[in-house]
Amino acid sequence: MLSLKQARQLQTVLLGLLAWGVALLIFFPIFWMVLTSFKTEIDAFSTPPQLFFSPTLENYLQIDSRSDYFHFAWNSVVVSFGSTLFGMLLAVPAAYSMAFFESKRTKSTLLWMLSTKMLPPVGVLVPIYLLFKDSGLLDTKVGLVIIYTLINLPIMVWMIYTYFKEIPKDILEAARLDGATATQEITQVLLPISKGGLASTVLLSLILSWNEAFWSLNLTASSAAPLTALVASYSSPEGLFWAKLSAVSTLACAPILIFGWLSQKQLVRGLSFGAVK
Amino acid sequence: MSDLKIRNLKKVFEGLEIIKGVNLDINDHEFVVFVGPSGCGKSTLLRLIAGLEEVTSGSIYLDDREITDLAPAKRDLAMVFQSYALYPHKTVRKNMSFALDLAGVDKAVIDQKVNDAARILELDHLLDRKPKALSGGQRQRVAIGRAIVRQPKVFLFDEPLSNLDAALRVQMRLELARLHQELNATMIYVTHDQVEAMTLADKVVVLNGGRIEQVGSPLELYHYPVNQFVAGFIGTPKMAFLKARVKGASPHSVSLTLECGPEYTLELDGSQLNVGEEVTLGVRPEHIQVTQSADSPFKVHLDVAEHLGADTYCYVKASTGETLTVRAPGDFEPGLGDQVGLQPDLARCHLFDGQGVAIPKPGAPAQAA
Repeated sequence: MLSLKQARQLQTVLLGLLAWGVALLIFFPIFWMVLTSFKTEIDAFSTPPQLFFSPTLENYLQIDSRSDYFHFAWNSVVVSFGSTLFGMLLAVPAAYSMAFFESKRTKSTLLWMLSTKMLPPVGVLVPIYLLFKDSGLLDTKVGLVIIYTLINLPIMVWMIYTYFKEIPKDILEAARLDGATATQEITQVLLPISKGGLASTVLLSLILSWNEAFWSLNLTASSAAPLTALVASYSSPEGLFWAKLSAVSTLACAPILIFGWLSQKQLVRGLSFGAVK
Repeated sequence: MSDLKIRNLKKVFEGLEIIKGVNLDINDHEFVVFVGPSGCGKSTLLRLIAGLEEVTSGSIYLDDREITDLAPAKRDLAMVFQSYALYPHKTVRKNMSFALDLAGVDKAVIDQKVNDAARILELDHLLDRKPKALSGGQRQRVAIGRAIVRQPKVFLFDEPLSNLDAALRVQMRLELARLHQELNATMIYVTHDQVEAMTLADKVVVLNGGRIEQVGSPLELYHYPVNQFVAGFIGTPKMAFLKARVKGASPHSVSLTLECGPEYTLELDGSQLNVGEEVTLGVRPEHIQVTQSADSPFKVHLDVAEHLGADTYCYVKASTGETLTVRAPGDFEPGLGDQVGLQPDLARCHLFDGQGVAIPKPGAPAQAA
């Protein structure tokens, strides 16, 4: 029989192992991608896969000579930050009115907004493609900003709504009695109180926009194409070049990974945000 | 000057009438307490005055200026919330100065006012802390300070003490009374605690089901409740109600037969009562004496006794199953289950007709309503 203390220790160890297992499972593809990006094309193909090999920068050099990485990266940056900014400008007032001026239809409106995320995007590809074509938005950054804003808006509104819901209504009423206008109420009281939650919403929106591939592949060609389109362009019809594809994928993931790494503290704090007293 | 007039105020929320036509005058410098059971509309009435809820019909005047539809901030009122509602991201100083900052008041003036309020409330050493770092009582004081710096015409308090522990509540109650004297301001205070109502108020407004049941000074309510609801609500432990029938009635006296046996004659104006009519006798615990059962026509059984030290509350049961509370001296050692006699102080008993309306006692103040 284990004593209570031993049982607890065992539980901690097992849970720790489980966490490590899951983490490694998630991390492995990324690890393998980075590894492959430093192999030659022949090494990348070899069976059994090689864990030890002589690394080369060949792939990165080829990508540098074949395509303009910074053009795509800049597009990714503009589109993700642009759509996040627009998304926040729309989501904050929407969530404010839903959280603090709730009506009978608020809950169903929220559900309806979320339900648009359940629609397979390909189902609206043709109408949206045509709309974009007719309004001259094809292959423009503005077009992508619009579509990303719309894609992420339901999740942003839902997240911010949840954070706002945790703020006691009294605090805003106190501000109203103190003479704050609706705008001052939002900017001077609501936003500072919920900045943790807002920051994690911004981060999530950035990540989702950065990683989005379906619309960017279908609505852009070259001038507005973000990194996801660059990656796709390396899966060429002559056959797959795994090492180069890995290298370009690593380059596409790197900025957002670094960004996420730097802001993980804020992200965790935001996601576990609560208890405004 | 700051007196508040409420005329025919109604509030309907989702088809439900929450405030059913309230008329009320609150005079300058008065400490008025709205008291009533939960759901009686007292908080809604306060929020209507504050402008946090929209009025359905009727009007509110502050110093003869109609404020019914004004924005909350334009009404010259300040409110202290039950949850304190401090701004968690601002320091105590900034919490208190927020209204003045928004109004664009000169910085030196703001500092002066905040420091004055902080001194009154003994918050001087806490001005640079965030609310998180304060105790419940200190947070409450900051909330009050935030109201004080604005020098409003009327202070509104929405159950400000109910989040505090018992000892602190008594202390804050005294501080509020002191503050009222010091500021000499008009204050409206909502509570469900009738002890707070009795101790703080110049004028108590008893609400029930969206209506005002009675307005009066604490002692008026205690001595001359206009109906059974007010009689039962004011006073702890509660007044006991005993069913009775009118045996004889004249303009100077009413004689009754209680359902549980005894017959009493009260010196009241019985001209509105008919012989045989069902009435209710109200007796407060402090107005009954326990006697030897043999001498008394009113015999009861002792159910439970609570020894509080100074007093002993005896919960007794009459033959009809009606229960009464009796306040006996602290050294009273009853035997549970014993039969004892009761002797009510007839001059201090209350009589209510079939509708629960009090038969006026001699000396009762005229009711405005």
